[in-house]
Amino acid sequence: MAKSERAHTGMNKLLCTGIVIIGLLGALAILAPFISPYEPTLIDATSLLMPPSCAHPLGTDSLGRDLLSRIIYGARISLSIGIIAVGISLCIGVITGSIAGYFGGLADSVIMRSADIMLCFPTFFLILAVVAVLEPSIINIMVIIGLTSWMGIARLIRSEILSLKEREFIQAAKAIGASHMRIICRHLLPNALGPVFVNATLGIAGAILLESALSFLGLGVQPPVPSWGNILIESKATLGVAWWITLFPGLAIFVTILGFNFIAEGLRRQWDYNA
Amino acid sequence: MLNYIARRLISSIPVLLGITVISFAVIHLVPGKPTSIESALNPKVSLQVRERLEKLYGLNKPIHVQYLEWTRRLLKFDFGRSFSDGRPVIEKIAERLPLTVTINALSMFFILVIAIPLGVRSAQASGSWFDTITTFFVFLFFAAPTFWVALLLMQFVCIKLGALPISGITSLDFEYFTFPQKIADIARHLILPVGVSCITGLAAVSRYMRTSMREALQQPYIYTARAKGLPERVVLYKHAFRNAVLPIITILGLSIPGLIGGSVIFESLFALPGIGRLFYEAVMMRDYPLIMAEVVLGALLTMAGNLIADISYAYVDPRIRYGKK
Repeated sequence: MAKSERAHTGMNKLLCTGIVIIGLLGALAILAPFISPYEPTLIDATSLLMPPSCAHPLGTDSLGRDLLSRIIYGARISLSIGIIAVGISLCIGVITGSIAGYFGGLADSVIMRSADIMLCFPTFFLILAVVAVLEPSIINIMVIIGLTSWMGIARLIRSEILSLKEREFIQAAKAIGASHMRIICRHLLPNALGPVFVNATLGIAGAILLESALSFLGLGVQPPVPSWGNILIESKATLGVAWWITLFPGLAIFVTILGFNFIAEGLRRQWDYNA
Repeated sequence: MLNYIARRLISSIPVLLGITVISFAVIHLVPGKPTSIESALNPKVSLQVRERLEKLYGLNKPIHVQYLEWTRRLLKFDFGRSFSDGRPVIEKIAERLPLTVTINALSMFFILVIAIPLGVRSAQASGSWFDTITTFFVFLFFAAPTFWVALLLMQFVCIKLGALPISGITSLDFEYFTFPQKIADIARHLILPVGVSCITGLAAVSRYMRTSMREALQQPYIYTARAKGLPERVVLYKHAFRNAVLPIITILGLSIPGLIGGSVIFESLFALPGIGRLFYEAVMMRDYPLIMAEVVLGALLTMAGNLIADISYAYVDPRIRYGKK
């Protein structure tokens, strides 16, 4: 797998761009109260549907709320949902995947069969069905997205562990009497985490996209809490009247997803996975 | 081949069972009963009425009995009646299904026709400006939230330019059209929805095709083919392409749940009467029989899709058919 010099510099650029984008967004989200020019829920009846201007750099919505502030606060919601949802799916995926890969046998068939079953469900249907029963809230959305997206990670971990566990250093660990737990946590997992990290980065992008779609349908984050998806709801009503309400929140989602995808692709090239 | 099909069918039985268990559990194990939400909206519903409702839908029986009864009816494709208008669920789904299938089949067609040549071309010219530009667009398409692109297109193409109808499947004066006009009208209404639903698939398939083609081009048999002096065209299309295109079959099978799920978004955006919009309406109205039926059908369709993908893969690739597994 020889890499050309050109590809070598290219991949670093990709990774750097991604890290810069996400770093900036993270900073925006954390510093939201200090940066945003207005309160995100501040209703101002004197400036309804104002196009971008000096007072409101990205314009206002039909309640006179400042779009820039709402998008900055929306970054908090979107990023935290993405990260926590993926955290949940990582936990489930890593635990089930390592049990399946390490112990094999019945545990392996049960876990992998469950993953196959979960993979059959159109995730969006399943999430909407659960939201129909439970009330849509930020916590529920994180948990549901996490519960429906662990399968890829479990499969990855399992296949990594399957190929690692025949290696000599694992036999050595067994020979000196290391416990199963120690072998998995200290010897197998650290070596298997690379591709998982790439997958999880893509997963954050996917979760943010899912959340925004859910909120856009009115079944995700509920107003007045601003999320990029639910700001876009209003663009349906103001189509052709207020282009800025459509353009900017979507652009925020787009750039975020792009940033995470850059990181994932950059890491993949850096570590030379050809998957 | 028959042997392989038999094995594959048997291995999907537990998956089938699992699908029914999860669909059932999603609605029934979460706290709160379907009837309690229904009645909570209407304070006039008395205890007796609630009990009657519970009896009507069998909700007063133990959970495992309910599950067994539900699966028994499932075998007969009897999903019960919709809460909202009392019509059989299966009827409501059947009248909405053709549109969703048409849109997804069309977008699948365009994805394959456009993305496969793109992927092959950029793998073959790896590192060229063509490859760089396609990779750039793949990134953009992959990251673009489809509903946002749809909103932007609606804004510019439909409202600013007035070039295409914004929603629905037919124009208001549809019934007065002649047959060719009707076809043209439906086609005009479908351009945007089909186009938008292609976006992610285009990026994904051309990406996979590129990776797969690049891998194929590094195989020893390509060196052999080149070494014996075959024209580049034959090496590319007869030796590399045929092997590289196979994994796409699996990708297509795996993309079915995404397509079905995605139809919820763009069907409700473009006001198209397909099963995605039906599902959205069912969720908004807490129409549980309809929700359950669509979740099960969606999963079954995906399972069937994967089954067909695997079997056709085995059909075209003997290595799978005669493999050890």
